[in-house]
Amino acid sequence: MSSRNEVLARIRTALGTERAPVPEIVRDYRTTDERPAEELLDVLVDRLEDYKATVLRCTPGEIPATVVAALDTGLPAGWAPADVVVAPGVPDPWRPAGTAEDDGRPAVELADFSATVVGVAVAIAETGTLVLDGSPLSGRRALSLLPDCLVCVVIADQVVGGVPEGLARLERSAPLTMISGPSATSDIELSRVEGVHGPRTLVVVLVG
Amino acid sequence: MTVVDLGMPTLPHAPRGVGHLRGNRPFPDAARDALRDGQLRANLGHATSTIRAKRAAVVAEVPDWEQLRAAGKAIKAATMARLDAHLEELERQVTARGGTVHWARDAIEANAIVTELVRATGVHEVVKVKSMATQEIGLNEALEAAGITAHETDLAELIVQLGHDQPSHILVPAIHKNRAEIREIFLRTMPEVDPGLSDDPRELAMAARAHLRERFLRAEVAISGANFAVAETGTLAVVESEGNGRMCLTLPRTLITVMGIEKLVPSWRDLEVFLQLLPRSSTGERMNPYTSLWTGVTPGDGPQDFHLVLLDNGRTATLADEVGREALHCIRCSACLNVCPVYERTGGHAYGSVYPGPIGAVLSPQLTGVEDNASLPYASSLCGACYDVCPVAIDIPSILVHLRAEHVEAQKHATPEAVAFRVLAKVMSHPRRWRMAQKAAGLGRLLARGRPTMPAALPPPASRWTQSRDLPTPPKETFTQAWAREHGS
Ligand code: SF4
Repeated sequence: MSSRNEVLARIRTALGTERAPVPEIVRDYRTTDERPAEELLDVLVDRLEDYKATVLRCTPGEIPATVVAALDTGLPAGWAPADVVVAPGVPDPWRPAGTAEDDGRPAVELADFSATVVGVAVAIAETGTLVLDGSPLSGRRALSLLPDCLVCVVIADQVVGGVPEGLARLERSAPLTMISGPSATSDIELSRVEGVHGPRTLVVVLVG
Repeated sequence: MTVVDLGMPTLPHAPRGVGHLRGNRPFPDAARDALRDGQLRANLGHATSTIRAKRAAVVAEVPDWEQLRAAGKAIKAATMARLDAHLEELERQVTARGGTVHWARDAIEANAIVTELVRATGVHEVVKVKSMATQEIGLNEALEAAGITAHETDLAELIVQLGHDQPSHILVPAIHKNRAEIREIFLRTMPEVDPGLSDDPRELAMAARAHLRERFLRAEVAISGANFAVAETGTLAVVESEGNGRMCLTLPRTLITVMGIEKLVPSWRDLEVFLQLLPRSSTGERMNPYTSLWTGVTPGDGPQDFHLVLLDNGRTATLADEVGREALHCIRCSACLNVCPVYERTGGHAYGSVYPGPIGAVLSPQLTGVEDNASLPYASSLCGACYDVCPVAIDIPSILVHLRAEHVEAQKHATPEAVAFRVLAKVMSHPRRWRMAQKAAGLGRLLARGRPTMPAALPPPASRWTQSRDLPTPPKETFTQAWAREHGS
């Protein structure tokens, strides 16, 4: 018998011929959040700052200047636009002049950039989570991983209350990355330290 | 609860001689040594009390925690009830999205499959994301025997690997080391490290970053585990903090994921429950820094060759036990370790298995067969703290009692051990009786009059057992009493 058929046969033996009915799953936990949008934005900011991310809020018209301010925050003084790479679907106003676009070069070459600017698919307020979905706006996964500073632009209507609402909005088969703060570790004495292999600096531009 | 269903089908357990599910010594012997190690106890006490407080705070802010917990339990029970159908669906979905699914009856077969897959790529080194399943099967040793070097990339795993040590905690395998000890390991084993390295956790984390950066960038093959797999969509999930997981899941050309068959959930929606339960229970965070979800292969993004190895290794034998199968619901958050008064004092190594603590005490004996881990079901005071914190509400104390009874039944002859264990099992099957017996053991200390072990001071039939074995002098305080004193009851 193949391993596959044997493992499946073992499961059938283990469960017996007269199987018990499948237990009902009661989903009486919260699946919506009725709080006003403005309040959700405040919750998101609070959570992100708790993770030691920096949040800059602005109006739609202020995005270009705020992205530059975000890079000023995350990079050493005198940074060059050529050291910044953006996802291919990032709108023009979000791109400071002179930045590079991810052109599909070998992924490891993205490590040569100092910072990345991307958009997100959804943001979850309660957990301070930004979700990237591999679309042209979010970029491929390596793009938000290798440069040491990550700038994410979040539009107010992308913000939902909790995890169930966030997951429901996503394209399920896309390569998804849920990001909650800069990379961190709790491996030394179970105390959290920010900044290990992923970007050590996370700056969020929250629009609206 | 002590009734054993002798009509239970027996299925093959995890094989002997491979992997890390069995210790060299019974728990009481190993625990006695661990208890003498003051540094170990201090390290564990510090780490577990930190995480307990963090967990309690972030759980308390979730108003529907109990509803999520009940849903988590029900989803896992529903998964197990139709495990065959869900696995077949997972296989269909992963295959349809360009992945390849392999099935492994046990550790030996899983190791062979992975070794062959790595060999086929022609490389001699791989990067690894922390994974309990691959530790369980001893994959690193199997790869090494085939001339393939496996680089652990999780910080704690790296500390364990560089220190030629064994993991002692599910989430933080190096929890038994403090910052000064970690610094010493880094100075000794990382040739490039600055000799002025301090023991500041931030500096230590930076040293690990520098040490692994080049390895990530040149890696061609990665090996991971999985926290969840969604049958309906074929999606795999890895939950992590450092970004080492993302490096491994994103940069190499080939990705091999080894996953126990119990890790899947039926539907996409089920993730909304577990992605809330897991981070708050494990690291005490509202959400862990990174969760990666991928479905098969995505052109232009990440590994283009994806293999999923589905592992049995004693899980179907566990599934056959109607009481014990609940241990398969575990999402490896490690909350039960962090609250366990026994674990906090003995540490993880005493359990002899990669799965220590309360969950290990019920899982390891079922994966190996209870005769190979006979002392583990007794490695608990049945205080119930593990059940209270478990995000999927696994009734660990009841499974412990069930396994004790099973162990006693399994004794073919009425050996002194069998008799003594039978008495113990009976006493331990009831928390109040157990506490009374522990108080009685307090009397035993007086009888022993300060000698390190207590001679045959117990009444028959237990005296027949202690005649040939030294029974450790009962401590001044039982775990339960110490727990009640330190934490309130
Ligand atoms: S048994 Fe429960 S508390 Fe323990 S590690 Fe598993 S899920 Fe967590």
